[in-house]
Amino acid sequence: MALRDTSSLHQLKSPKRDLDTQPPDSSMEEESDTRKINNSFLRDHNYATEADIISTVEFNSSGELLATGDKGGRVVVFQREQESKSQSQRRGEYNVYSTFQSHEPEFDYLKSLEIEEKINKIKWLPQQNAAYFLLSTNDKTVKLWKISERDKRPEGYNLKDEDGRIRDPSTITSLRVPVLQPMDLMVEATARRVFSNAHTYHINSISVNSDHQTYISTDDLQVNLWNLEITNRSFNIVDIKPANMEELTEVITSAEFHPQQCHTFAYSSSKGSIRLCDMRQAALCDRHCKYFEEPEDPSTRSFFSEIISSISDVKFSHNGRYLMTRDYLTVKVWDLQMENKPLETYQVHDYLRGKLCSLYENDCIFDKFECVWNGSDSVIMTGSYNNFFRMFDRNTKRDVTLEASRENSKPRAILKPRKVCIGGKRRKDEISVDSLDFSKKILHTTWHPHENIIAVAATNNLYIFQDKVN
Amino acid sequence: MINTMECAVDAQSLISISLMKIHNSRTQRGGIKLHKNLLVSYVLRNARQVYIKEKYAEIYRMQQYEEVMTVCNEIQELNPLDVEAEDREEEQLERAACCGEAAAIHREDCVKEPEPGFYRSCCMEPAPHYEHFTLTNTNNNNTHCNKTTVLDLDTHVVTTVENGYLHQDCCCDPQTPQRKRKGDFGCGASDPEDVPDFSTARKRARREDCALPSLEYTDTSNISNLISIFGSGFSGLLSRQADLEQICSKPALASLGAWTRAIVAF
Repeated sequence: MALRDTSSLHQLKSPKRDLDTQPPDSSMEEESDTRKINNSFLRDHNYATEADIISTVEFNSSGELLATGDKGGRVVVFQREQESKSQSQRRGEYNVYSTFQSHEPEFDYLKSLEIEEKINKIKWLPQQNAAYFLLSTNDKTVKLWKISERDKRPEGYNLKDEDGRIRDPSTITSLRVPVLQPMDLMVEATARRVFSNAHTYHINSISVNSDHQTYISTDDLQVNLWNLEITNRSFNIVDIKPANMEELTEVITSAEFHPQQCHTFAYSSSKGSIRLCDMRQAALCDRHCKYFEEPEDPSTRSFFSEIISSISDVKFSHNGRYLMTRDYLTVKVWDLQMENKPLETYQVHDYLRGKLCSLYENDCIFDKFECVWNGSDSVIMTGSYNNFFRMFDRNTKRDVTLEASRENSKPRAILKPRKVCIGGKRRKDEISVDSLDFSKKILHTTWHPHENIIAVAATNNLYIFQDKVN
Repeated sequence: MINTMECAVDAQSLISISLMKIHNSRTQRGGIKLHKNLLVSYVLRNARQVYIKEKYAEIYRMQQYEEVMTVCNEIQELNPLDVEAEDREEEQLERAACCGEAAAIHREDCVKEPEPGFYRSCCMEPAPHYEHFTLTNTNNNNTHCNKTTVLDLDTHVVTTVENGYLHQDCCCDPQTPQRKRKGDFGCGASDPEDVPDFSTARKRARREDCALPSLEYTDTSNISNLISIFGSGFSGLLSRQADLEQICSKPALASLGAWTRAIVAF
């Protein structure tokens, strides 16, 4: 496949294929967009430089924009095409809107540590004017970026000419008022705030409050509350660091604000528990309001029980009534009113249970998969290996495994459900567990807030899938 | 109760792998990942638990075998079992079970054989010919190597040491005579350069540990058991067994000097 510059998408326009039997809940048609960012001299080689590996994806609250962050510290924002009336059959496609370098590698001289520039999370702020705002974070620093359009520029300065050179005052014979002239649309990103020096450990998540004024940033042991306007002060609201680090038994893995209640947030731990906290109770929310944990099944205990029960992602449902958590093998939906066990448990790839040893050796067992709700909270989605991702319909209890891969599906084709064969006879089109490619993992996915459009990051490729148009 | 059936590798290998991961994380870009290392330490703890449990079982089996042999020998010698001998055996059984050290076996040998006994490492494997081992009889030791996995923080090498060498220095038991370290110990450390480092650390550990009353009987095998050290690095992960706590007590940890460097990195 030919590689393109960073500024343009690789668009494939082959005609739609005939419909196959549809997966239960989502007949996803593959959109055309695939982004490959690579230096041109690597054109002939089909491998990605590590800097291009996508590390986070996020739709904004209207779904018009899609942001991706990568290991090289860059952010690429895609914008959906306006749907034209004449082409109502074709849904709007996502094109590159803006690209900027959010974070650079840094060096902490005091600790002799390099700080990676990899973007861990991006969160959009709700739109209040013509400009777009997002928060992006690496391990140590959160930045607020403003993305704005410029389609006019002033012309007719008196003291400088069109090239910007200063004019000789003796040549000025008359005065004029500069006027704004239309220009080619330019999208520029500027860093408006830099929130730094608040985290000793690695930031794993950020979450914007529903009050649109504050946000939290979370590292392994602390959660800090910020005001979006104030960068020199941050409030520590959760601190689980023990007095003696040798007594450390768990870390915080993710935290999120409740979507409607601005005083409530939840954080997940490496021990598989979730705590719900109310900021009105105390300044330091060390005492939780609710504690969600499912007792471990002693019969499944293994060397790796602690690792696979560590929660990698926690997400509130859009309606604020449920919590979803992802650990290594399962996705669980919790009812906020029921703390002792989850409402629903979905097996993502239970066939890996017998392979935990080798997954530990090759470090795959430490992969942090994310999970996501659809707009109506009826379907949940999460990634797996071999570029597979899974969707679970909570109402019909049906699930589907799909693949994000160029080789196995033509563009604009309906995605075919995949199946992993556990043992015994392998049917045609099934893939055996041993032939799964564990280097192809889908850790980051996001779902459009209102429509059935999903974005899936597979290493350095971004796939956007849409529900097929009837 | 950890189900080890599904695991393709044994506890010893898991321990080596985990130690290497912890070591590698120190040079990783971006600094030490606290979360990952915490999870790795859990695997270490689990592997150690299984390992020690297996050792208990093995020691107990050997103790039982030893007792049977004793009875048989004594019957052959037409000597009735006296009560003291039985008590001594029980006491030694407990000690052995606690620290995985076949001190009891050693003492039995002392009683029976004029040749000095041989300290076993904590990572013993079943050795059918145990009653024949001696300091100088290294050939037998070759076939029944004892393994200890250690991470040398100076040379950054994870080594599975396959002899009882380490324990020659680790004699803290005041009752047994100190043995001179001999150079020809047969199957030595995989990296000969590491040997002096180990011995220095071990000697230091031994002297300091001898000073601690709580360690008067546990000594040898556990000092050389790096897993215990890591276990006490996160003492919240410690096994509840009181004997292990003694072994992994903080004074013991603090006294081990360089070995603690891996933990205080956090």
